[in-house]
Amino acid sequence: MSAEQNAGDGRREVGEPISRRDALKRGLCGAAGAMLAGRASEGAIVSTIQEKAKAVIQLWIWGGPPHTDTFDPKPAAGYDYCGPLNKTIQTNVAGIQIGELLPELAKVADKYTIIRSMTHGNNGHETAAYMVQTGWQPGGRVVYPHVGAIVSKMKGYEGGYKGLIPPYVVLTQPQGRFSEAGYLGPKYKPFATGGDPAKQPFTVEGVVAEGISDKRQKERRELLNNIGTFQQAMKDDPRFVTFAESQEQAYDLILGDGAKVFDLRTEKDELRDRYGRNTFGQSCLVARRLVEKGVKFITINYQGWDTHKQHFEIMRRKLPEMDKGFATLLSDLSERGLLDSTIVWWGGEFGRSPRVSWEPPWNGGRQHFGSVFSHVVAGGGFKGGMVVGSSTATGEEVKERPVYPWDLISTMFRLQGIDHRKELQHPQGFTVKLCPSKEDGVKSGGMLTEII
Amino acid sequence: MALVLCGPLCGVTGWAKEPVLPFELAEDAAPKGPLDELVFAKLKAKGIPPARPCSDPVFVRRAYLDVIGTLPTQAEASDFIADQDPKKRSALIDRLLARDEYADYWALRWCDLLRVKAEFPINLWPNAVQAYHKWVRTCFVQNIPYDQFVRELLTASGSNFRNPQVNFYRAMQAKQPEAIARTVAVTFMGARAEKWSKEKLAGMSAFFNQVAYKRTAEWKEEIVYFDPFKTTAVAGSRPVQAVFPDGKPATLPQGVDPRTVFADWLIQANNPSFAPVIANRYWYWLVGRGIVHEPDDFRADNPPSNPELLAYLAKEIVAAKYDVKQLMRLILNSQTYQLSSISPVGPNPDAESLFAFYVPRRVDAEVLIDAICQITGSTEEYSSPIPEPFTWIPENQRSISLSDGSISSPFLELFGRPPRDSGLESERNNRSTPAQLLHMLNSTHILRKIRNSPLLRESIRGSDAGSAAKKLYMMILSRPPTQAEVGHIKEYAFGGDAQGQEALIDIVWALFNSPEFLYRH
Repeated sequence: MSAEQNAGDGRREVGEPISRRDALKRGLCGAAGAMLAGRASEGAIVSTIQEKAKAVIQLWIWGGPPHTDTFDPKPAAGYDYCGPLNKTIQTNVAGIQIGELLPELAKVADKYTIIRSMTHGNNGHETAAYMVQTGWQPGGRVVYPHVGAIVSKMKGYEGGYKGLIPPYVVLTQPQGRFSEAGYLGPKYKPFATGGDPAKQPFTVEGVVAEGISDKRQKERRELLNNIGTFQQAMKDDPRFVTFAESQEQAYDLILGDGAKVFDLRTEKDELRDRYGRNTFGQSCLVARRLVEKGVKFITINYQGWDTHKQHFEIMRRKLPEMDKGFATLLSDLSERGLLDSTIVWWGGEFGRSPRVSWEPPWNGGRQHFGSVFSHVVAGGGFKGGMVVGSSTATGEEVKERPVYPWDLISTMFRLQGIDHRKELQHPQGFTVKLCPSKEDGVKSGGMLTEII
Repeated sequence: MALVLCGPLCGVTGWAKEPVLPFELAEDAAPKGPLDELVFAKLKAKGIPPARPCSDPVFVRRAYLDVIGTLPTQAEASDFIADQDPKKRSALIDRLLARDEYADYWALRWCDLLRVKAEFPINLWPNAVQAYHKWVRTCFVQNIPYDQFVRELLTASGSNFRNPQVNFYRAMQAKQPEAIARTVAVTFMGARAEKWSKEKLAGMSAFFNQVAYKRTAEWKEEIVYFDPFKTTAVAGSRPVQAVFPDGKPATLPQGVDPRTVFADWLIQANNPSFAPVIANRYWYWLVGRGIVHEPDDFRADNPPSNPELLAYLAKEIVAAKYDVKQLMRLILNSQTYQLSSISPVGPNPDAESLFAFYVPRRVDAEVLIDAICQITGSTEEYSSPIPEPFTWIPENQRSISLSDGSISSPFLELFGRPPRDSGLESERNNRSTPAQLLHMLNSTHILRKIRNSPLLRESIRGSDAGSAAKKLYMMILSRPPTQAEVGHIKEYAFGGDAQGQEALIDIVWALFNSPEFLYRH
């Protein structure tokens, strides 16, 4: 593609997109050929892409979890850094230690890989959250979508997904701050459940209503049909044909089996206890059930990690909750044979400053920290029991093997059989890459080939 | 709906269908002026008859929703329907154009295009958003001519708090000259510069080379100004010459802000990139489909479906000195706008693109939740992901008057409120999705609004099922029910499981879920 010129934001300015026939001539066929809108020279790499992961569960630790209190402990750094949390736990993998408040996760370290050298250098929530979840730096003309919206488009709506529940679900509130669908448009926004899975019933907005019996639902539906004078008048209009179909689909979900996925009463009490009887724990359980139903991307939006003050008090409360839910999710998926085909991705928009702010007004808090932080990945083709990269002795800088958000995201795309260099159509009539790499002028540590 | 046997003229001038009650008038559509003549002539040439004129109940609801983004109350709708004045439709249009909600609703539309939001990726921040929204709204209160509105936005300098129109240059993700040129193109020229040649974009970008930004000591204050010494030219190469998008080179006198040169070129009466673009936008907003469609995709290979009509509207807005209310009056009083939404020829792309009927579309997210709140006497909660220290949202805040695209609610997000990232019309999604219908059919949000509404209970207290049905229909659909509908409602109220109060809840619920309520038609 000599006509290609890159505008630095991954957008192709001038392009003669490669024709399908050309693609076939070059020996690419079927899905791979179609995926390769215009980058034949990289065909060799593409042909090695295999779909290992069929679903992703994103544990979004909103606010920024402290890397040094969780997956990258620095017990030798002293009280100014560790505060009262200065012990580590040996995990079930020799040589890997994690923070003392994560005993359950220590028992399943063989199932996940810790990336201790995540970096992007930005300390603003919105910009960092955008980078970590879209794989792009802000700026330029394009507003990029959340990874989940891409997966929902390519593996859901265009990948033959037929489920009643939308292919991209958020438990329980949308992340906000940026439009998850970006340039893809509102169709690809996640379905946010609302409600609280730790309560009975888990009232999922629109799916499970309080106190309306099925009989009453059916009577109402009949009433609705009977008063459809306008719908009758408009019955030839394609808009209202679609409307009627959507309403049918909605009813299938309300009255059919679809809603049962949200009814946790069918799970054993013992398992529900293991996950933890709190919103996060039960959300993890719902996420597993959604994966079983074929949902492609589930985000658990776990709030409350922006601990500028009272950091250690909050950690003592939240980390055990997170530990139980996350560890049980991994072992439950594994016991059911689902971990091999499900990526579990843990992390927030950045870490927290390793040096504790003891001074007023923080009085023992940790601040935003984008220079280095940790993410954890498991399943879906990721190896377990490994550590990628490292930070310096105080956890304040990357020591080796930097991993940028786009490095991780392109690796996850690859495990899902998605070529990250594929170009999608922007509504304004140009094409946009899924994810940038070194050649687009971004800093990069390269794909995480060592753990797939 | 009985079909009349087709004669030889069927589909050309003859009527294939009986009027559909209660949505259509029995009379034939007839041109009321040059606008209609241009539309009808084009339809005739294609052999497509126009739809019948819409009935009074359809008109009153349509005019309220389109002009002020507000559902008529029961009294407003009944008074209009009962009014015997033959000029009552144009009188209503004038009354609506003078209402406060007119400014609210059109400020909302323009703030979509101008990307007015505090948050990422636009990052205007709350106090600048407040000032900017207020400025835009005031322009609609004062009915500032459109050319003046544009010139002020394009040439403004100063503080984002004190001279709010400078926020035009802040409300974009990237602020390099080329990015500014792209934004100007899409906002005022209805064109996507991505489809232009590189030279054309570079020539236009040169007008914005000297737009500069600086901070002040006040938190989040920013000065946008003309910096005559700023240059983006690469050392050693000649600076790019400023060229107007029509290909004519510009002369930029020393010390003159090039933006004023550009603005003066843009707003000239004979500039094909200006008057037709705004005329087309208003046509799109009111009739539901652009003459050039999408309305922000003007280019040679996307021609207008009716060039004479576009030329006529452009001429009229220039003649009206860019008084947009005058343009709206012209469109709203036309027979074309007042056609029914029932296609006379079934599904037919030409019928839609040549305006044989009023294009139905789902009610805007903001207007829909306001209508539901109005009927149930309830209020909504909004939230913003960032602290809004300069924002106070009263309990009864209407969604159409929210200033900030970052202040939102799950309902607004679900129903396709635009994210205000790009200023493209297509950001607003008025398609119905299964998730939206689930929300209407079965969410606690909507159920509670109906169940806990003293207003609904009060308004039908002491009525029998028949008269309750009449009141509810007027409140929700702005029309009286048909005989058959009254029958169904009586049957439901007495025959079903749900009795009394519960039956009322179900009836309101059913009307909320009817496409007649969810759509503009």
